[in-house]
Amino acid sequence: MELLLQQVLAGLANGAIYALMALAVVMIYQAIDHLNFAQGEMATFSTFIAWQVIAWGQPYWLAFAIAVTVSFLGGIVIDRILFRPIHNAPILGQLVAFIALFSILNSVDGEIWNFTIKTFPTPFGREPLFGLRLISTHEAGMIGVTAVILGLLYLFFRGSRLGLAMRAAAANPDSARLVGIRVGWMIALGWGMSAAIGAVGGMLIAPVVFLEPNMMLGVLLYGFTGAVLGGLSSPGGAVAGGFAVGVIENLAGTFIPYFGRDLKLTIALVLITAVLLVRPSGVFGRTVVSRV
Amino acid sequence: MMLEVGGLCAFYGQNQALHGLDFGLAERGIVTLLGANGAGKTTTLRALCGMVRTTGEIRFDGKPIGGRATEEIVRLGIAHVPDGRGTFVRMTVEENLQLGAMTRRDRAQIARDVEEVYGHFPRLRERRRQAAGTLSGGEQQMLAVGRALMLRPRLMLLDEPSFGLAPLIVTELFEILRRLNHELGVAMLVVEQNAALALDLAEHAYLLETGRIVMSGPAAEIGQDEAVRRSYLGY
Amino acid sequence: MTMPSREATEPLGTARRAAAISRPGARYLSIGAAIAVALVLPSVATNFVIFQLTLVMVYGLAILGLNLLTGFNGQFSLGHSAFYGIGAYTTAILMDKIDLAYYWTLPCSGAVCFLVGVVFGLPALRLQGLYLALASFALAAALPQILKFQPLEPLTGGVQGIVLIKPDAPAGLPLNPDQWLYYFTLAVLLVMLAGAANLVNSRTGRALMAIRDHPIAAAAMGINTALYKTLTFGLSALYTGIAGTLGAIAVQFVAPDSFTFFLSISFLVGLVIGGVASIPGCLVGGLFVLYVPNLAERVSTGLAGAIYGCIMLLVIFVMPSGAAGLVRFARTFATARPAR
Repeated sequence: MELLLQQVLAGLANGAIYALMALAVVMIYQAIDHLNFAQGEMATFSTFIAWQVIAWGQPYWLAFAIAVTVSFLGGIVIDRILFRPIHNAPILGQLVAFIALFSILNSVDGEIWNFTIKTFPTPFGREPLFGLRLISTHEAGMIGVTAVILGLLYLFFRGSRLGLAMRAAAANPDSARLVGIRVGWMIALGWGMSAAIGAVGGMLIAPVVFLEPNMMLGVLLYGFTGAVLGGLSSPGGAVAGGFAVGVIENLAGTFIPYFGRDLKLTIALVLITAVLLVRPSGVFGRTVVSRV
Repeated sequence: MMLEVGGLCAFYGQNQALHGLDFGLAERGIVTLLGANGAGKTTTLRALCGMVRTTGEIRFDGKPIGGRATEEIVRLGIAHVPDGRGTFVRMTVEENLQLGAMTRRDRAQIARDVEEVYGHFPRLRERRRQAAGTLSGGEQQMLAVGRALMLRPRLMLLDEPSFGLAPLIVTELFEILRRLNHELGVAMLVVEQNAALALDLAEHAYLLETGRIVMSGPAAEIGQDEAVRRSYLGY
Repeated sequence: MTMPSREATEPLGTARRAAAISRPGARYLSIGAAIAVALVLPSVATNFVIFQLTLVMVYGLAILGLNLLTGFNGQFSLGHSAFYGIGAYTTAILMDKIDLAYYWTLPCSGAVCFLVGVVFGLPALRLQGLYLALASFALAAALPQILKFQPLEPLTGGVQGIVLIKPDAPAGLPLNPDQWLYYFTLAVLLVMLAGAANLVNSRTGRALMAIRDHPIAAAAMGINTALYKTLTFGLSALYTGIAGTLGAIAVQFVAPDSFTFFLSISFLVGLVIGGVASIPGCLVGGLFVLYVPNLAERVSTGLAGAIYGCIMLLVIFVMPSGAAGLVRFARTFATARPAR
């Protein structure tokens, strides 16, 4: 029983990061109808920046702040320079642009910081939380920070004018323009926030999986999976999906004997595909009703 | 002249939808664009708002606005109530109205304006916290007009405001439009298929056929014209 | 009038006229010329270049398979590395375990992949767009892990994979194995290209494209959407599977990590660069996917990925509809009347 609880909590901890990535992915998706395949690489790059600042002798929180700020600005720049010029290109073409961004960032990471695994510090320490062997302080920190970010985002989107404008721009860009909202900048802002969230996710998971250029591959995958499972039209669903994927992955790995460990990813994906067959738009997704 | 349009051509890709329109709208005036389906009425409104590719002259307050982005044109004081209403269906009535005032900064006045809109449309006040998509067609149309009013526009473009509404509601709506024009001095360019209603509201009318203006004149005269009566008024 | 959705305005590439043959004479001439060049090449090129060109054809064929499904039928697949891998492994296992001649493995792997494609295509009917992408991705990610699966090792060779021997030319022909395989692949490619072109220009092809562009209208016109979509999945898998077969023989080796998700991405990139819903574009895609990464690596080993990415971006910026789009644009530009 204790093992189950441990694994569930550990799954929730990892799931917190998947939820963050899922949220970042859905935020961009709602704005531009595209999955940002390079989200993970952007997060890795940000984490490397933080690592570099720490390696230069600066305190953790300064590195954290710098990484988040640089990511925010970087996200906006990437949107304005890369994706806005091609937003009228065919969908698959834009997809290849994402793949290109992925390739560029991954390669640059490797070139600047090479492929040796690096440790990344955690501000939360790694002791067992409250002395119990259920969950470590860092894992609790992951869940805590995710909860705080989600709370801030909720307040922002529901309670502020800018949040309202962003929601409107995502929901109905044409109508948004008709009330004077500069939709292009709303999208850029969405990119910036998404990149910043990804950076936080990267810095939280790096202590666990160790920092190297391919660090986020698996994480992003699980993030996508969580987003799709929850339904791409629902940020809340994406977050729930992320947590769910974390728990499923961990439980599958621990409790399905023999092939659990090797086929963790496959099992998670298969389970999710099975869910999709029952709920084709994701668990919380809205089925798109199109007028003929 | 608040709005002057000369030689306006509009294009959807390679297809030309408008072929050199010339018309104008005076301060506080009401003008209607009549025509059958596909005549180019909606295209004209979209052209004024920068939503389609155009050539030709569009002047608002003497300044050219052709080629500008939609959101910039809106900020000049032109509110567009599109066909289909364009409501933010998953947001509440209150949020929709707030969105109408997105370009303004005077919070206190915005709050007062919201109350004023509820004054014009009491039914919206009852439903202020409901999702806009759950409102009836007539209520959504009123919400769309209300949202446009929140901009404090000098010019309102209305695209088929009577579409899909019951006759009683339509009469009520057009009464409100007339009142808004009198009380607030908002100029209106109304595109309508329902010619009788539009000619009753407007001072001046233009008849559009396949992207060209084929007739123009005071509303009363157009309403008396034999051909118009037969084709568009049904008698 | 509601604003048209993204899907309605830009269905996976402006390729509605891709199937129409506009000037038959010129077209046949250029095809003939291309085939002539292809036939002559092995006599002037080194064995290594012949090998690379064989792979270009293989990738082109694989991309053609993906094109049938995604470009012409609008079903988004990230799983084609799995079909390629299944085709490759079917051949490898048949050649290795029961000494089946390489040419007989072609129909076998084709059949196997067709079945797998149909089996996957059935549940895929319920999924749209990105949800289908994820499910197909699950397939692509699962394959390497299934191939490495311990109990299956006697069959699949596990992590080590299976080694194959390139067949000799049939007795009497003065060709070395590389050259022979080149011509064999060319023959298979031509047959399958012709088949695809035929399909696309037929009623069935138009039905497929109708399903891609307006599925509701297509169904309303009496097209059995479910049947067509499932069969297209199977056919697409068949094409890519046969490409996998030829690829396996060319490379003389199959191993689980050769058929990862990244291969699917390569196919997708090749599809877009060549031009969605363009049959000749597939070969351009194959060329790109084989040569450009090598090129990038030669410029800088460390930043190879970055250079590859930049080249991809350049292509998307300059020709968003791929090489085929560029050709189409040039053609309309040359023949269009000046606008009013």
